[in-house]
Amino acid sequence: MLSSFGISVSTISLLLSLSLLYLSYYDLKLSNNKISKKIYKFAFSQILFTFLSFITLIIAYVISDFSLINVYENSHTTKPLFYKISGAWGNHEGSLLLWINILVLFSFLFLILNKDKNKNFKLYTIIFQNLLISTFLIFLLTNSNPFSLLYPIPTEGMGLNPILQDPALAIHPPLLYLGFVGSSIYFSIALAALITKVDSKSLALTIKPWVSVSWTFQTLGILVGSIWAYYELGWGGFWFWDPVENSSLMPWFLMTALLHSVLVLERRIGLYSWVIILSILTFTMSVVGTFLVRSGILNSVHTFANDPSRGLFILSFLALMVFSSIFIFFKYAPAENKNYKIFSKESFILINNWFMVFFLAVVLIGTLYPVFLDTLTGQKISVGPPYYNFILAPFLLPLLFLMTSGPKHKWISSNVIGIFNIALFTSIILFFVFFLSIKEGGLLLLLILLFSTYLITQTTFDFYETFKNKNINLSRIISHFGFGLLILSISLNQIFSVEKSFNARLGDEKNFLNYTIKFNNLETFSKNNFKSVKGHFEIIDKKNIISQKLTPEIRVYNQPETITYEASINTKLFSDTYLTMSNISNTDIFNVKFQKKPFMNFIWFSVLLISFGGILQFLRLKKRV
Amino acid sequence: MKKKYLVTIYSIAIFFFVVLYLSLNKNNIYTTQENIGKKISVIQLNYFDKPGEFNIQEISNFNFTLLNFWASWCGPCRKEHKHLVELSRNSNLKIIGVNFKDDKKNAMEFLKEMGNPFFILTKDPEGKKSVNFGIYGIPETILINKDLKILKKYVGPLSDKDVREIQRIIKK
Repeated sequence: MLSSFGISVSTISLLLSLSLLYLSYYDLKLSNNKISKKIYKFAFSQILFTFLSFITLIIAYVISDFSLINVYENSHTTKPLFYKISGAWGNHEGSLLLWINILVLFSFLFLILNKDKNKNFKLYTIIFQNLLISTFLIFLLTNSNPFSLLYPIPTEGMGLNPILQDPALAIHPPLLYLGFVGSSIYFSIALAALITKVDSKSLALTIKPWVSVSWTFQTLGILVGSIWAYYELGWGGFWFWDPVENSSLMPWFLMTALLHSVLVLERRIGLYSWVIILSILTFTMSVVGTFLVRSGILNSVHTFANDPSRGLFILSFLALMVFSSIFIFFKYAPAENKNYKIFSKESFILINNWFMVFFLAVVLIGTLYPVFLDTLTGQKISVGPPYYNFILAPFLLPLLFLMTSGPKHKWISSNVIGIFNIALFTSIILFFVFFLSIKEGGLLLLLILLFSTYLITQTTFDFYETFKNKNINLSRIISHFGFGLLILSISLNQIFSVEKSFNARLGDEKNFLNYTIKFNNLETFSKNNFKSVKGHFEIIDKKNIISQKLTPEIRVYNQPETITYEASINTKLFSDTYLTMSNISNTDIFNVKFQKKPFMNFIWFSVLLISFGGILQFLRLKKRV
Repeated sequence: MKKKYLVTIYSIAIFFFVVLYLSLNKNNIYTTQENIGKKISVIQLNYFDKPGEFNIQEISNFNFTLLNFWASWCGPCRKEHKHLVELSRNSNLKIIGVNFKDDKKNAMEFLKEMGNPFFILTKDPEGKKSVNFGIYGIPETILINKDLKILKKYVGPLSDKDVREIQRIIKK
């Protein structure tokens, strides 16, 4: 029942999308100034039917309708309701439907929120957006249909991988998709702007809110994914330079570059082509990421089931998208005059763009190089954190410095302002305090501490100035402050992390450094979808005379049968205590891993601040309108 | 000028797409079956606790060799260790251990506690050499004969059944 309903609704969405293509194309030729009412009606039905298809899938998950292969493969009746719902987008087919929903949502919002814009500009945007929508709908219906039927109907499903049963992971895909699928709208806008020769100011004003929104969601999506990895994977890390993490980071670099260069475009004509290129690249990079993740050419912790036909479709789509946008760009791109004053604000913003492009190149090479090498020479290598840390870390210094001093410059003028000010002075003093209390870590790490402290103090001073002068851009201050805090917290986390793993029996006591760990008790219990062995540990910090109780767990899920190791984490303001245990078969010995992770909360909080800047930016734009 | 740019960009893009297309068709699913029957690659492995390298070709001196990849941090390795100790009692079989991405001290503690079944112990602290054997995760075990041919490959911890199979093969 739900299967045929879902397929019909999705087919209607496809037909509506094709009709929108036809109607918009037809409307282009009419000489009136208003977009035809029909297009609005069709767009409204399109969003209605697309949402309906997604809701149908969610309902199928909620009522455990195993006549759908997708539900059978990814759900189970005993799964908590929350995870039944989130299971709908925890797999390739369902998440593709979410993709399409977001494409349609942004297309619809663009249409109704830009009533005063040039008609042809809007129509072309709708055309490009619907080209994307219909291609993905065809992909969904022909290759990756979440509504495919299964017969005979099984009585029970195969269950959702327990490591995906986590609240952070349930909201991770929607957030991330709002980010990088959201970037599709400025991809379409950019191509439409080229064709209809929209001037730079209106291009900047049109894409700015979309860039802020997608950037904010992308940042939050990455944050939530990282939180999931930290709490659920039990490795004690928050970023692994995994190819899939990289796939979400690469569009983020481009969005960040775009967010900054749009500021210039608003005031000057100079960056028109560059903004167009960035807009096109952002969505292209999102699709590249999708290709890398879904085609199975990468080995990663995030595995979607491997299916080459899926990869071929996305690759062909990507090729079509890239070749046609390059063609459109070369055909329509206007000539521009480039003259900049070296110390003006726009050159600093341009420098930001160079940094972002550099970071993108480093991450892209690190992600693709193993694939290319394997394909061309058969040699298998893996590129890990040492590569990224080695190449990226030194460049944080100039970036942090420019983030501090760049925004102090005026637009379109070239006065050099003094960099020796009270903020620098304060940060140097703070730095010496750090230096004396740390006494370890290399020169680079110490310099990163200095520069991030400088950024933090400078933005704090700037923040106080906003009380006097309401015109100062608060969103920039908050995001930059957040970035400084992020780098500072990551560096301190690197320096002060403690890790110790050992074997212990019940009743054992282990002493090392300032810590004593006692294995006090072992408890077993079962819940409806798993059995658990829970260890009770007491950790005594002899230096600060604090005792904490931690209870790591080993869970054996029944559907599908999987063992997971649940870390027990005691989160304090300044430091997390992280304990995992694993059993050693046929013995009463457990392997215990103890980690002290300082400043984790600061890492999460600083990323929240960064994205909060994006929200403020968006609200500022709304206010101006 | 414009045309030149266009041609260059298109060529670069085409190169990328061709490589990605080829990578799609390459079987990247990690299977163990592929290597079975092939000769083991010539690899030098560093000794665990002394300088110098062990050339894997030297195993042609033994009737059968079991190449085991393990680490002290790996839970399933603990599980299979008793099987390795059991197998090490066979005179027909030599077990060569490759300590994978491990801390030397932890590895030594592990062996002290669980017993040392390894005739020769080597190390691969960065996991770079094991990749040549098709090893990305551990534990994995490869059974090789005198002619350096790979007879069996076991992914994950050895089970009772695997042990019986190995014993059957080496008796022949």
